[in-house]
Amino acid sequence: MSLTTRRSRMAAATLAAITAIGGLAACGNDDDTPAEGEKPEKLVVDTFGEFGYDELVKQYEQQTGIKVELRKTAQLGEYRPKLVRYLATGKGAADVTALEEGILNEFKANPRNWADLTPLVSSEIADDYLPWKWELGKAPDGRLIGVPTDVGSLAVCYRKDLFEAAGLPTERDAVSALWPDWNGFHQAGQKYKQATGKAFVDSITAVSNGVLFQQGSDLFYDKENNIIADTSPAVKAAWDTATSMVDISAKASTWSPEWSGGFKQGTFAATFCPSWMLGIVADNSGEANKGKWDVAAVPGGGGNWGGSWLAVPEQSKYPEEAAKLAEFLTNATSQVEAFKAKGPLPTNLEALKNEAFLSYTNEYFSNAPTGKIFGESVAKIQPVHLGPKHQAVKENAFEPAMRAFENGQASKDAAWEQFTNDAKTQGVF
Amino acid sequence: MSLSATTAPPSPAAPPPDAPSHRRRGYLFNRLDLKYSPYLYIAPFFLIFGAFGLYPMLRTAWMSLHDWDMIGEHTFIGFDNYTALIKDDYFWNALVNTFGIFALSTIPQLLMALFLANLLNQTLLRAKTFFRMAIFVPNVVSVAAVAIVFGMLFQRDFGLFNWLLGLVGVDQIDWRAQEWSSWTAIATMVNWRWTGYNTLILLAGMQAIPKDLYEAAAIDGASPWRQFWQITLPMLKPTFIFVVILSTIGGMQLFTEPLLFGNGSIIGGNQREYQTLAMYMYEKGIYNLSTAGYGAAVAWAIFMIIVFVSLINFVLVRRASK
Repeated sequence: MSLTTRRSRMAAATLAAITAIGGLAACGNDDDTPAEGEKPEKLVVDTFGEFGYDELVKQYEQQTGIKVELRKTAQLGEYRPKLVRYLATGKGAADVTALEEGILNEFKANPRNWADLTPLVSSEIADDYLPWKWELGKAPDGRLIGVPTDVGSLAVCYRKDLFEAAGLPTERDAVSALWPDWNGFHQAGQKYKQATGKAFVDSITAVSNGVLFQQGSDLFYDKENNIIADTSPAVKAAWDTATSMVDISAKASTWSPEWSGGFKQGTFAATFCPSWMLGIVADNSGEANKGKWDVAAVPGGGGNWGGSWLAVPEQSKYPEEAAKLAEFLTNATSQVEAFKAKGPLPTNLEALKNEAFLSYTNEYFSNAPTGKIFGESVAKIQPVHLGPKHQAVKENAFEPAMRAFENGQASKDAAWEQFTNDAKTQGVF
Repeated sequence: MSLSATTAPPSPAAPPPDAPSHRRRGYLFNRLDLKYSPYLYIAPFFLIFGAFGLYPMLRTAWMSLHDWDMIGEHTFIGFDNYTALIKDDYFWNALVNTFGIFALSTIPQLLMALFLANLLNQTLLRAKTFFRMAIFVPNVVSVAAVAIVFGMLFQRDFGLFNWLLGLVGVDQIDWRAQEWSSWTAIATMVNWRWTGYNTLILLAGMQAIPKDLYEAAAIDGASPWRQFWQITLPMLKPTFIFVVILSTIGGMQLFTEPLLFGNGSIIGGNQREYQTLAMYMYEKGIYNLSTAGYGAAVAWAIFMIIVFVSLINFVLVRRASK
């Protein structure tokens, strides 16, 4: 016994030593403190998912001679804890850091972690962006924390071949005409289900997401950031609309294996696509399904899912240059380039009017004019106020309760009660 | 001996003038060497343990006495986090889940490991090294890979297990929707990964049992079954307890498997069917930035529970070995 413990302790010490060495090696990079006013050798950019910055960064390197390192994290779920660690320890954050709308607010709640960009970026750019998007980049104390990158304007992706088999129209305008409102969407789904016996939409949480962001009013929080999850009309509307569609749902919640596998299997015929989702739909469906998908308007018009800002952490050693880089990455030309590369939808008004953007068609999605479709829907987005813990309330209270109902684990009333109770604990900040 | 050594006559040749001081210095060095080098030799462990073990623990304890925002303000609130913890339903839910999964994984796993170790210990077995290596392989596979693959096997719509169950006429099971099914699925991953490891430890314990005991028993006419019960098992007790304690610590800290099983959802299921204590700690301490102090309290609660369970184990062994 004593031998084994000693041995395991030795193993633990060795392990700790290895980690320590690894940690020291990792820290080594951060130790170069710049002299005053010195031009940085390198700027670091942190993004999650796909921002389409690969080419832009090269352009910037050529223009300025400053090296730019692009650090990509695949999913927001992994990205956020890393960012938290950087901020909590005051070390390791990139000079330019992307913030998504769902997490922006909790980081805004502690504005001292971020550099105020107001004096650092050109003053005239404030009018270049969608006004509501620009305003959301400001902290409660008036500091400008982020410059807008993209919005997640909603559309519906649908399978033409499956629609045809069910006797539904397949032309994108005719399909959009099927569902001027959510009721129409439900009826189309029921028709599809009757004809094929299969589910129509991926999940009711996807529906709720669409409805939630169309309301144009406060969601889980009011303007003073009090949690109002149980009384908010927008939340109730999303809940009621979504739960009513349980009969046409494939019960494959977004990002689950059932969901990503469902694209190839044709488990559902329609899903909600913000512009950045197109690439994911294409990847999940595979080359074999190329040309079978198309893009139509979202029921109820407008709606938004995701979208980000670029911010500069207070700990950055080169806030001025970092702000310049952020400004470059979000200007009209860059946003059009990024859209063409990976699909994030511009927020720069000039980019939205750009010819190259408007005439862009997506080959995978039956050559749908995605530039035009999404560009038009941007105007219909209703700016909403997301509270500090919006993401936690939505992910850990609202959607789980809805799924519990969808899977038959709880009645509609019990699920609502689960949500309102959990929202209170998740929403505290 | 020592007396003759101290009264030994001085060497006849006259020493060089600087020799005494030199010798004294060497003597001093030897004394220091004897007295302090052992401490130096073990110092790295204590330094590293201090930096990576003790300091984080004390820091966590300090955090748990605060209303601590990970990226914002900290306010001292005494034991409020702990009193809140006792009344927190989701904490108790996580505790029950953890023990449920622990029971489902540890008990079958150790029985299986005991069976396999006994099998591998048979003198008649051929290709011993091959089997011993083979049984350890699952442990080498990265835990994330295991969780992802098993997550697919336990998928609702296209999972292998549901397909197999379908062949014998059982309806599709939504593994993630109930407690028993999600616990079973997660315990399966743990069992797959750790049975081989425990088998090897038990096997090592079995090989340390003197062979003559078995020979004597065989001469007295004891069957292999009886030999197993009356020689192998009692002699294996210390090893067995070691394995139990290791499994306890592992079981209480279960995190990656249930997290990946639920597609990375930190609440572990729509109604927290399989959220473990470690996940709850992460939810409160890291996911929710503003409740880091509460998360630290959960971490200390986990620590206390592990100490408590290990103490019970220890007492049971002491009593059994008397």
